Amino acid sequence: MSSSNAAARIETGSAPACPAGGGKTWRLSGDILFHTAARIAAFIAVAVLFATVIAITADSWMAIKSFGVWRFLKSSEWNPVTQTFGAFPFIIGTLVSSAIAMALAVPVSFGTAVFIAEIAPSWIRRPVAGAIELLAAIPSIVYGLWGLIVFAPIFAQIEPWISQTLGEIPGIGLLFQGPPMGIGMLAAGIVLAIMILPYISSIMRDVFMAVPSSLRESAYAMGCTTWEVAWKIMLPYTRTAVIGAMFLGLGRALGETMAVTFVIGNSDMISSSLLMPGATIPSVLANEFTEATTRLYLSSLIYLGLILIAVTLVVRFLAVLLIRRLGSREGAST
Amino acid sequence: MNWVLARRRVVNAVSKILMGVATAVGVFFLLWIMWTTLRFGIAGMHWDLFIKDTPPPGTDSFGLRNAFAGSLILLGLSLLIGVPVGLMAGTWLAEYGFHSRTANTVRFINDIMLSAPSIEIGLFAYAIMVDPMKHFSALAGSVALAILMIPIIVRTTDEMLSLVGNDMREAAIALGAPNSVVITRVTWRAARAGILTGILIGLARITGETAPLLFTALNNQYFTTNVLHPIANIPVVIFQFALSPYTNWQQMAWAAAFITVLFVLVLSILARWLVDRVQVQK
Amino acid sequence: MLNVSISGKPPTTTQSNSEIKMPVKLAVRNLNFYYGKFHAIKDINVEIHERSVTAFIGPSGCGKSTLLRVFNLIYHMYPGQRAEGEVLLDGENILAASDYLRLRSKIGMVFQKPTPFPMSIYENIAFGIRLYENLSRSEMDYRVRHALVGAGLWNEVNNKLNQSALGLSGGQQQRLCIARALAIKPEILLLDEPCSALDPISTAKIEELMYLSKENCTLIVVTHNMQQAARASEFTAFMLDGELIEISETTQMFTKPSDKRTEDYITGRFG
Repeated sequence: MSSSNAAARIETGSAPACPAGGGKTWRLSGDILFHTAARIAAFIAVAVLFATVIAITADSWMAIKSFGVWRFLKSSEWNPVTQTFGAFPFIIGTLVSSAIAMALAVPVSFGTAVFIAEIAPSWIRRPVAGAIELLAAIPSIVYGLWGLIVFAPIFAQIEPWISQTLGEIPGIGLLFQGPPMGIGMLAAGIVLAIMILPYISSIMRDVFMAVPSSLRESAYAMGCTTWEVAWKIMLPYTRTAVIGAMFLGLGRALGETMAVTFVIGNSDMISSSLLMPGATIPSVLANEFTEATTRLYLSSLIYLGLILIAVTLVVRFLAVLLIRRLGSREGAST
Repeated sequence: MNWVLARRRVVNAVSKILMGVATAVGVFFLLWIMWTTLRFGIAGMHWDLFIKDTPPPGTDSFGLRNAFAGSLILLGLSLLIGVPVGLMAGTWLAEYGFHSRTANTVRFINDIMLSAPSIEIGLFAYAIMVDPMKHFSALAGSVALAILMIPIIVRTTDEMLSLVGNDMREAAIALGAPNSVVITRVTWRAARAGILTGILIGLARITGETAPLLFTALNNQYFTTNVLHPIANIPVVIFQFALSPYTNWQQMAWAAAFITVLFVLVLSILARWLVDRVQVQK
Repeated sequence: MLNVSISGKPPTTTQSNSEIKMPVKLAVRNLNFYYGKFHAIKDINVEIHERSVTAFIGPSGCGKSTLLRVFNLIYHMYPGQRAEGEVLLDGENILAASDYLRLRSKIGMVFQKPTPFPMSIYENIAFGIRLYENLSRSEMDYRVRHALVGAGLWNEVNNKLNQSALGLSGGQQQRLCIARALAIKPEILLLDEPCSALDPISTAKIEELMYLSKENCTLIVVTHNMQQAARASEFTAFMLDGELIEISETTQMFTKPSDKRTEDYITGRFG
């Protein structure tokens, strides 16, 4: 509706637009009702976060009382028979699988983003960008299914080769030894990497494309190569958004359940080798929750959930802190 | 020969190749996953999937009727809970909160919820519904899914309503229309394509969501429409069947995965089409 | 000799009261440029002399900025843009060159909007030098300092070399960009309306910098501002609708233009 149209109607309709008495109060109370409803909805949307933390803390109270905080964090014993529980293997599993995922996904995302934004001929750009984004639409359980049934058997063929090459290197070789099973920490990390790739790369691509062309042109005009423009100009220029994207991917990886549960092997032992099975907090929850027979067992599982919340919140906090620090070092406006 | 220049050229050439390879790797995995889903999914297709219930272990028949029905019920209920809350909360942000401190706090917390691990939401729904009610239920599952969907709807609604020009709002207010009427009849209508996009994206996000359902709706061997009881649903069926030793169960898992992917892709494409339309209008 | 070309017709010669001319640095022969189907530069012939300042003036959309983008080959970034004809740098056709990097080290460019890179002031200068030379820390310090002194920026920034260049004022940013371009020791420096976003004081500083720079560099400046062309250049070229209407010594151009259209433009009787 154009405003001139509206103005015309005001003149003709001004008198009847203000009916007296009941009509007006009804309208007012309708307004109040609507506003209240909106307020309540906004309150609910916010309250859920706090309610989640409170409810999970309450349900893990029994385990917190039995095992304390520090002892639970560092204990490696997870034994339903003796009813002693410790979180250490799962915390390690969560951090290691996410670290592998990030180590693989960040460089690949960067390459993909630069390729789409800067290198690819325009006719490839849209289909490739669309394809990468489709990866984000696939439900994580399908990643898990694919990882277990298709990827793991093939990966089991590659693993001996990995342990013969990387496994022979002194020091880090320990990480790549053991029988080839296909499933394990490394396989979980790889599937996670594929899963978070589209989240990271699509944000990177968007911000790279938004770099002012005057900046890119002046770098090219000095004789910079494509790589130098991407690495030394576009990346520093967009670094806060890029770091945000990386932490978004990390958050996904830390909390991902299904893609990991299928391929990590679900073992509560800590192994020095990445080829061996392990478990993450989400994977142990998914596997054991419905089998938890005692109250303490269940409470310990929920306690793991509480630790995961703490980890994701700490990661988020670090992200905000890092971005702020970079922002302040930049001095003036970007 | 200028060595600096030569080195830079080599670095550039190598990095360009590596970036091309990185992109190829991404696309390759997408095609691989899609191809697998398509191949195994079509191989697992069977009419019985839609007209029979999940078979007991050891038999070689097919059937997912109860799971499809259960998933539809779960999604429908989640929409019923999630859309009003998300829509109204987003409306509050854009129409009442603006950029006040409170509103920005709400946005900040909503962003945290947007990236909250879905498994935590499952634990929450377990704690507030399953535990007190003493049994798993479809309702608890829907609450969990709705909570996952709400932040997406809140955010898109907020953004889309903020895009609606102020002149339109002012014109309606100038007519003497009360605030609630302006919002419901004018601004919502003006932003409806965008709001609908948010709902579709939210629906796509929860369609394949499995983790929270493990703690809430669980699974059910039989067909049921009772929302206070455990209910069969596609994601949990995929999870349980894929890890089973029976080939017909594994085939069913693939068929279910295929249909889920298809459904999510249709939703995403629809959402993108709507977004393009919104952008054309602007 | 100066070539004056009137759209495809053979160049006519304008008499000038002649001092000794510097040799030709950049010669453009039958240059045509297309943005896809749009014909932006129409058969231009021009010669630019070494260590001179040549200004290109004309209404917006006349193709003067496009001409600079051809000289620097920046148009290569965009598919669908193409140039035909010859641009000879010391007799070598740059349009046929394959080594863009080396070429761009010889032909620098400064843009309309200041474009400091997202790094410190020091790094902004060092960045360009490092693209072509491998210097020790002390040599680099010397070069950066030299470049900043040359640009008249040293006194303003010497105590904050490690701060972000984004914190400088617009005029300082633009002088930094010029210093950055000159630090590579280009043979030609192209300036695309370098002062259009700046205040008069900054503009004066940049014009002074241009005057000093021509000691060892050939400058080509595109400007909207006729006073600037009159003040800062020795030769002025007038372009209209992608054609080069006239080029002559600046004093002559502004007192006695040979083409009616030039006169109309200069006296403001133009669209």
